[in-house]
Amino acid sequence: MIYDMEYETLPREALEAIQLRRLQNTLQRVYATVPFYKKRFDEVGFKPADLRTLEDLRRVPFTTKQDLRDNYPYGLFAVPMENVVRIHASSGTTGKPTVVGYTARDIETWATLMARSLSAAGATRGDIIHNAYGYGLFTGGLGVHYGAEKLGASVIPISGGNTKRQIMIMKDFGATILTCTPSYALHLAEVAQEMGVDFKDLKFKSGLFGAEPWSEKMREEIEKKLHLDAVDIYGLSEVIGPGVAVECLEAKAGLHIFEDHFIAEIIDPATGEVLPPGSVGELVFTSITKEAFPVIRYRTRDITSLNPEPCVCGRTFVRMNRVSGRSDDMLIIRGVNVFPSQIESVLMEIQGVEPHYQLIVDREGNLDMLTVLVEVGESAFSDKVKTLQDLEKVITKNIKEYLGISAKVKLVEPKTIARSEGKAVRVIDNRKL
Amino acid sequence: MRVEQISVFLENKAGRLAEVTRILSEAGVNIRALSLADTSDFGILRLIVNDNEKAKEALKANGFTVGKTDVVAVEVEDRPGGLHKILDILRKAGINVEYMYAFVQQSGNNAVIIFRFDNLDEAVRVLTENGVTVINGSRVYSM
Repeated sequence: MIYDMEYETLPREALEAIQLRRLQNTLQRVYATVPFYKKRFDEVGFKPADLRTLEDLRRVPFTTKQDLRDNYPYGLFAVPMENVVRIHASSGTTGKPTVVGYTARDIETWATLMARSLSAAGATRGDIIHNAYGYGLFTGGLGVHYGAEKLGASVIPISGGNTKRQIMIMKDFGATILTCTPSYALHLAEVAQEMGVDFKDLKFKSGLFGAEPWSEKMREEIEKKLHLDAVDIYGLSEVIGPGVAVECLEAKAGLHIFEDHFIAEIIDPATGEVLPPGSVGELVFTSITKEAFPVIRYRTRDITSLNPEPCVCGRTFVRMNRVSGRSDDMLIIRGVNVFPSQIESVLMEIQGVEPHYQLIVDREGNLDMLTVLVEVGESAFSDKVKTLQDLEKVITKNIKEYLGISAKVKLVEPKTIARSEGKAVRVIDNRKL
Repeated sequence: MRVEQISVFLENKAGRLAEVTRILSEAGVNIRALSLADTSDFGILRLIVNDNEKAKEALKANGFTVGKTDVVAVEVEDRPGGLHKILDILRKAGINVEYMYAFVQQSGNNAVIIFRFDNLDEAVRVLTENGVTVINGSRVYSM
């Protein structure tokens, strides 16, 4: 089902004309209202009026996560705070989150994009949507929520956690669409089985899964165990939240990027050069309709490729393939973004602990498990067991507090953490996606 | 009145303890007493040896984390109630024992127990005041 028939099936020429006009407006606006962008443009001698074609976007400097951090919290907002109606945030690398804002029109845009996404997954106003994305600063929960209401469907704002109760509710309330992370979907299947609930007897027809990378193999497993069509959704809070791109139920082959709101480019992460269509590289987004928090050539660090082939569903938007990796060291653990440097700063704050650590990520059952190995040097060592156990507890507690994830902390002997070419191997990801 | 103990951090995996004994044996260090405290993940090996410096250097050179702590060696009468008498003195004085373990050699007819206290000086004072023999370090290393 196509929610927004006019825009989602625009002929490419018409779409590109809209993109150009919106891009010109956005560049002019950020140049006039955000000192950071003015400075950046001036540094390379770029004036918004210079942009005559979409290709000219290549002359505009990139924006990175570090730029967002440097302007914490509101430095990149392009409207006065009295026009901002919502603030969200995603986890940052050094304890400080990345803050994003929305005007009332941005919320309306986002809701429309999520209504499109839910529609693409087969949802209609007659559906009951069980929304198990977390509600809060994280954009997942509220993003789906507003989209579901926009669509006219009934939304159950269950949020994350309390899995047994979730299964009772989805069964009793007759939910037909499931929205959550793919790993949580599999966890639901497992817990349902333990409870003697068979997904065959539930009313789900499809699910919209995202916020973490997954694979075709996981799709098969989810579809088999949950008896529904599993559809991939992509988004990141810096760009708007979920609803930047979505798969269609018809093809389930790549995610249509909502190009009437975002311009996507694929670049070489090392040189910044734009790569030809079909090449694998880093995904870069420019928002062209956002008011409060426009982003210009934002480097997502996600590695993927774009597929311009027409799609059976009728949408004319380019499709991005599944994200195959990152051009930085970010990990996604149970939907939470984790940078090794965040763990490092947690460790550095604890008396006597040296920053010799390694993160091991496993998937036990269907849930991501993070183990943090910490080398015990002389300053942290004690002849008393309790002192060392207390140390483990403090590290666990601080990781939970600063990063919001549960980790198992294991103390190890010095020099046991593998070093390759003198550089410590910080991350071992054993998840087979 | 203090005895120096060295402690070694060990991961709970096969062969680690043997690695320590190999290093000490090659360094010509004699182990006088030991205790191993363990959790599911790690262990702490505590040792009284005849040459602390040599032992510590050899272990550190092999990448182990080594600590030094002062403990107390106490003579305990080798008969029923011998240990209880000592613990009762400590209990009455409100002194907490962090951990303790037995020494291999006897001192005359008496057993020797190694005690770890948080407040070592206070413990030694209370014990000697109550007529308990506290053995000094140099004697312990060569027993």
